[in-house]
Amino acid sequence: MSMNPIGNLNKIFESRIRLGVMSVLMVNEEINFNDLKQMLEVTDGNLASHLNTLEENGYIKVHKGFIGRKTNTTYAITPVGEKAFKGHLAALEHMIRFTK
Amino acid sequence: MYCKVLFIMTDHEHLKTLTDIRNIMDRSSRFRALSGLSGVSAGIIGLVGAYIAHSWIGDYYDRWNMRGGYDDYDFAGLRGNLIVLGFVVMAAAFLSGFLFTYRKAKQNNLPVWDHTAKKVLVNCAIPFLTGGVFILALIYNNVTQIIAPCCLIFYGLALVNGSKYTLQDVRYLGITEIALGLINMFFLRKGIIFWAIGFGFCHIIYGALMWWKYERKGSLQT
Repeated sequence: MSMNPIGNLNKIFESRIRLGVMSVLMVNEEINFNDLKQMLEVTDGNLASHLNTLEENGYIKVHKGFIGRKTNTTYAITPVGEKAFKGHLAALEHMIRFTK
Repeated sequence: MYCKVLFIMTDHEHLKTLTDIRNIMDRSSRFRALSGLSGVSAGIIGLVGAYIAHSWIGDYYDRWNMRGGYDDYDFAGLRGNLIVLGFVVMAAAFLSGFLFTYRKAKQNNLPVWDHTAKKVLVNCAIPFLTGGVFILALIYNNVTQIIAPCCLIFYGLALVNGSKYTLQDVRYLGITEIALGLINMFFLRKGIIFWAIGFGFCHIIYGALMWWKYERKGSLQT
């Protein structure tokens, strides 16, 4: 383990929006784009690019479905993503305790 | 030394990040627009309903005494009136409940209809509709004595089940309703009193508590 606890913090979760997405997905089996947008109060483009990053890292999986004719894209957390997120939280907690 | 300073500087930020994460988890998995005033208004409507039912039942027994005996036709009339009253009271309570929750959602910029609202509705609906059909079967089979406690028990179960996706206080209201229903099973002739307590007073008390906790100006969470 590195001496510097900051090393355990996950770079990908430095963005508040990506952290927010992961927080939402931790407690919801799956969620669609609009609900996510509403909860995190972000614009379409902004959210989409952050979701891409998370998907590229294998932290979330995307499911493109349909409700009638309208596309309904849903997102869910992957085991890898869950592990990474928990690790990040543990690092944050550790740092807070460490400095007290 | 440099590291230490850096940690202290970011300590507050990390705490804030953790709080944010908790908030988002909570907000995204629970329906928070539910207003305490919805409970209060539903309770008042429930009490009015119980009062009307009580006076109808009183009139029925007055007629019974005057006649000096049971009358099929009169009983059928009372039964029909009470069933209609039950549905009207339920509809009015739901409508008023919805209006106050809608108002709270608009005031606090919370979504009224999102996936958490759907979860609450679906999870409440399972015991609720089961109870509804069960009670219709009781009416159909003329087992009217246990209708009041069954209403309370199934409604309580619906609240407990739905409470996983909304404010925790709803869970305790649900447990109270179940307990009242079960006690009522041992005092079947007092159904109307348990009804008034369960659907009237309990809603008003819990609603007022929830309003005090979450919605009052200066309350901890808004």
